[in-house]
Amino acid sequence: MLLREVEYAKPGSVAEALELLAANDGARALAGGQTLINVMKARAASPDMLVDLNGLPELRGIELAGDGTLTIGAMTTYTDIVRSAEARARPILGEVCATIADVQVRNRGTIGGNVCSNDPTNHLPPLMVAVGARMTIAGAGMVEREVPAEEFFLGVYLTAAGPGELLTRIAIPAGKHDGFAAVTLGADGTCIANAAASVNGSVRVALGCVDAVPVLVAADSPEGVGEAVRAAGLTPPSDIHASSEYRARLAEVLATRAAREAAAR
Amino acid sequence: MEISVTVNGTTYERDVEPRKLLIHLLRDDLDLTGSHVGCDTGNCGACSVIVDGTLLKSCMLLAVQANGCAVETVEGLAEDGELTELQQAFNEHHALQCGYCTPGMLMSATALLRDNPSPSDDEIRKALQGNICRCTGYWNIIEAVKAVADA
Repeated sequence: MLLREVEYAKPGSVAEALELLAANDGARALAGGQTLINVMKARAASPDMLVDLNGLPELRGIELAGDGTLTIGAMTTYTDIVRSAEARARPILGEVCATIADVQVRNRGTIGGNVCSNDPTNHLPPLMVAVGARMTIAGAGMVEREVPAEEFFLGVYLTAAGPGELLTRIAIPAGKHDGFAAVTLGADGTCIANAAASVNGSVRVALGCVDAVPVLVAADSPEGVGEAVRAAGLTPPSDIHASSEYRARLAEVLATRAAREAAAR
Repeated sequence: MEISVTVNGTTYERDVEPRKLLIHLLRDDLDLTGSHVGCDTGNCGACSVIVDGTLLKSCMLLAVQANGCAVETVEGLAEDGELTELQQAFNEHHALQCGYCTPGMLMSATALLRDNPSPSDDEIRKALQGNICRCTGYWNIIEAVKAVADA
């Protein structure tokens, strides 16, 4: 497919990337490109300039701090996370990343791209909300701010990382009582509904595919999760794969499954 | 943009538009038509190539992003007309029907076997998940990879 004409820049620093993004209204950051290149083919996005983040090693890598906090650079690929010894400090991360699409996509697709595209069917937005991730966003003059995951996702394809800004890294606190459940198209395909759960005293479950942003529900125990999901009054979209009613029911079942998995480990 | 890309050991210098996908550089500019365009949506894997040691779908990478990289395509597998063990196994196990998916299957299986010379059946299936065979000839493809893995 021939894309629409587009300019291309490959900055050598985050500061330069931010300048390029700020100076060009039609510029978009290019991370792994496993979503963006395809939506450009479909003309669903037509940026005037692509700012390629692939030359910025400071955005890629996984660090484990003494208190168990993982810091993951936005350009870290799914495969990096699956293979990382450090990332096993929070095992759910590698487990979920291993079920995203296929080898080729996991080799190129990034954690930052997944959350910044905020497609409601993506795996990582609900997971980031459930585990209490904190997103660091850099803006003009390299000024950084930190946003909790539950405030990061603002709408379909819309996040707190606005025009002229970049998500640079994600901090994930220590923990292991996590679960994830999804009903997908094919073994590791697009999610029809998904749920990520984390148990830390109470149960936190973030539901994907049912609204523009992950829906967070809380309960005292996995047994209470179904009722909490029903009380959330979900009105998910209908599509060729699932009616609204069916998707709402799936959300309840998957939330309970994810919560039970989280509590059992 | 001026780029320099090494494909199967030969370095090519070309002036390409940023909007050109790597698969089109390979097929249209370098006449390496072994890598195929199947779905052009990143699903089918017929365009799979290895870039700097990493298996990727070349329809989801811009040609300019391969600047300075070493690309391996199906044309680079056989040396002096001698098929690799894997290609030979595809032949012997009838692991191709129409053959359209075969270059991508070979690149994915090649990447797998480099990384993990003795994969389990599950690991083979998982490694080929990103490659679709529309003839549904998966059984023999997996048998061919197993034959090399066991060897």
